[in-house]
Amino acid sequence: MGDLLELSVAEAAAKVAAGEISSEELFGAWREAAAGDELNAYLWRAQEAEPGSGPLAGVPVAVKDIFCTEGVPTTAGSRILEGYAPPYTSTAVRRLAEAGANVLGKTNMDEFAMGSSNENSAYGPVLNPWDRERVPGGSSGGSAAAVAGGLAPCAIGTDTGGSIRQPAALCGIVGLKPTYGAISRYGMIAFASSLDQCGPLTRDVTDAALLLAALQGRDPCDSTSVGIEGGVQAPSREDLKGLCFAVPSELARDEIDAGVREVFEATLARIEELGGEIAEAPLPHAEHGISAYYVIAPAEASSNLARYDGVRYGLREEGAGDLVEMYESTRVAGFGAEVKRRIMLGTYALSSGYYDAYYGRAQRVRTKIAADFDAAFADFDFVVTPTSPSVAFRLGEKTADPLAMYMNDFFTVPMSLAGIPAISIPAGLAEPEGGGPRLPVGFQIAAPAFAEQPLLEAAYALEQAIGFEARPGGGGDG
Amino acid sequence: MAELEAVIGLEIHVQLSTKTKMFCGCELSFGDEPNVHTCPVCLAHPGVLPVPNEQAILYALQIAAALECEVAPRSIFHRKNYFYPDSPKAYQISQYDIPLARNGRLGDVRIHRAHLEEDAAKMIHLGGSGRIHGSGASLVDFNRGGTPLVEIVTEPDLRSAAEAAQWARLLRTTVRQLGVSDVNMEEGSLRVDGNISVRLAGSEQLGTKTELKNMNSFRFLERGIEAELARQRELVEAGGVVEQETLHFDPTDGTLTPLRSKEEAHDYRYFPEPDLVPLAPTEEMLREAREALPELPAARIERYREQLGLAEDVAALLAADPETAEYFEQAAAAAGPIEARVVANWVTGELAAALRQDGGEGSAAGSRVSPEALAELVAMVQEKKISHGSGKMVLAALVAEGGDPAAIVEREGLAQISDSGELESIVAAAIEANSEAAAQIRSGNQKAIGAIVGAVMKETKGRADGGEVNRLIKQQLSS
Repeated sequence: MGDLLELSVAEAAAKVAAGEISSEELFGAWREAAAGDELNAYLWRAQEAEPGSGPLAGVPVAVKDIFCTEGVPTTAGSRILEGYAPPYTSTAVRRLAEAGANVLGKTNMDEFAMGSSNENSAYGPVLNPWDRERVPGGSSGGSAAAVAGGLAPCAIGTDTGGSIRQPAALCGIVGLKPTYGAISRYGMIAFASSLDQCGPLTRDVTDAALLLAALQGRDPCDSTSVGIEGGVQAPSREDLKGLCFAVPSELARDEIDAGVREVFEATLARIEELGGEIAEAPLPHAEHGISAYYVIAPAEASSNLARYDGVRYGLREEGAGDLVEMYESTRVAGFGAEVKRRIMLGTYALSSGYYDAYYGRAQRVRTKIAADFDAAFADFDFVVTPTSPSVAFRLGEKTADPLAMYMNDFFTVPMSLAGIPAISIPAGLAEPEGGGPRLPVGFQIAAPAFAEQPLLEAAYALEQAIGFEARPGGGGDG
Repeated sequence: MAELEAVIGLEIHVQLSTKTKMFCGCELSFGDEPNVHTCPVCLAHPGVLPVPNEQAILYALQIAAALECEVAPRSIFHRKNYFYPDSPKAYQISQYDIPLARNGRLGDVRIHRAHLEEDAAKMIHLGGSGRIHGSGASLVDFNRGGTPLVEIVTEPDLRSAAEAAQWARLLRTTVRQLGVSDVNMEEGSLRVDGNISVRLAGSEQLGTKTELKNMNSFRFLERGIEAELARQRELVEAGGVVEQETLHFDPTDGTLTPLRSKEEAHDYRYFPEPDLVPLAPTEEMLREAREALPELPAARIERYREQLGLAEDVAALLAADPETAEYFEQAAAAAGPIEARVVANWVTGELAAALRQDGGEGSAAGSRVSPEALAELVAMVQEKKISHGSGKMVLAALVAEGGDPAAIVEREGLAQISDSGELESIVAAAIEANSEAAAQIRSGNQKAIGAIVGAVMKETKGRADGGEVNRLIKQQLSS
């Protein structure tokens, strides 16, 4: 049994395809592992698997609870969707099933994907398998913790401003945010529609490619989806010769933990060892990314979340009996503090008389950030940064300071605003500020829109060279 | 005080008769069980996304072409946020600063813009007045929610209630002819709101306007605008000021009541719909829309005048109703060498009168008189086989029972007296019986001839040709 859990997705799928193991065996082993969840990573676990065939035959996938799954509870980490079992299945989950994969469970998350620590879940925080006193990152914290903690072989999540990459970094696994439009958003509960994108969280780059290959593609149900031309293949590149990696010039003055900076510098050296070139590129507007993001995302969220009114599905608090009373009681009880804060921020930003000053200006900043990347990619192949300015922080450490929490997304938000793909791979371990056992550090590589294949190739070569083997000491069933 | 001039613009919502809704695959229906045509998308379940209906886009492009609008190369869908039970997403997908079409014209009225959007669900208020205030409970039927709509906004080019109603009829005819909507005001597939103001005649400045809603027939549209204009005139003439508000027209008693200002105090927080890409019609779609355009009333009037030599008013009457126009064209074709002008006069004159006489609002196309029958009848009159008067009698019979005009002429014995010997003796008898009139004619009073002609017609039951009778009377009296 234990051996099955050691297999990567690619290895397990190959063994199922070769008939060496059955898909029932594989699923059974992982179901048992998931049952030992002590991290609060799962909100729902499957009991049975549907037999399937395809490149992912028999592979169990942990699915962030933001993806609608027909007849299976889907809460988006919110009380307001308590008891909701959607009447339909999201395209991402459907495509995984068509490739032969099975849903292993639905994973915990920050409410409506709003958060960077998973502490905003209505169903309790997820614990980091490396140190249960610390956060796994967010908002796809349950998916990241499940993979890192040996509770799932792979997972899918969503990334709006870093929600796949940051928890992947904090949990020491691979997280990929594809180009906006690469994967259908149909059935993915909307937070900020112009930014939300589905992506894989896996143990290694090869598995990320395997999942992306199944997930990507144009979907007639999502007008903004286009897919990746030529599809996605397993990466095999061994060096980085002839490739140029640009470090944003502004990085030098940004606040980054010493340990994180050290791992980042060491990774740059590794790139050079592999024949890659390191350069500096100006991204002058990237530092305004957080400001723009925290106008655009709440604005869209304020509109997306207005449908939760207790009438058609989910939670209903009757209140004193009158309709307006019911709306109010339902929302007071159903939404958490961070969600309410962003609904208010977003409503304000879109209000008549403020639109130009906030939403309009934020969109102009977004355009300039995208232009910065365009300019950088005219000269360089990739842009690289640390994924997060720090390693995993303590539970409760930043909950009282929303701004400090928002700064976690500093390095990931610009790519989301530009709509370009970016991957976080584990690059090493670093001591947290204030001391303690060493924790994973993520290295982020961003590429031009739809350049997923070159991105995966470069990440793969670097991953092989880094040889990150560390595993969390505790978590899961060992 | 100088005279006050009415300034009226219309806002029209046209429900498109596509098979499915604007952004999902649910069937469109009217009058089905409530809430049977719904799905996760139109009920706004979490995670759903809208997908634009291509047929609706094509229909909207046809309307844009018919209204001679400029079509935006890339128009944008916006979210119009408002929280109300008829809007499950809590926003309506509409168009805002870059609509599908702009700067058009229909007849004498300029079109400001036309855009695509989705209809709200239908609310039914139980008890009270049927409106939400004072109702005991409200029900929502999501069957209508998401129906494709084209909103058309005119410039304030109309100057009277009658003109507004007349123009709205022209719009309905035009859209109906495109086949893109049922345009039925009673069923709500055509909804017309009025923007109404008054100003001193000759002034260039617009007065404060009010918005008038709930006029669900052309008659009510005219009456509602009339009532509001009267109210504004009285107010202004008494030295008062018109306040901007939305008024609800009650067709049962003709009263206007302001909607509560709370209902109007909307900040729609418009922003571009991130779930949709810009609407960029391809050359092919634009061509398809243009090619699908039937001949519209304005073009038809022009052709009838230029090519068929019809008088303008007759041409306009025919073109106003495509079915009548079609009927006329079939009759004219069947009438062969007879001038189209003559056939047109029969359709708009004698036939219309006979249909009115018959009661009801029967149209030529829906009547028992086939275009071929009318053509045959007109030919018989033109060829003097029957008199004009007999022609009208035959037409009345055709309207009542249909059939073949020749058979009716035969049955009723209406064939014109062609034996000149027979007619001569009838004329001689009439002169003898009206000796006084004959004397007057001889002494130069030509008007007196009417009495003798009348006697001949009475005797022949109208079967004599009037011209021939006149000639014979003069001939016999001068001999």
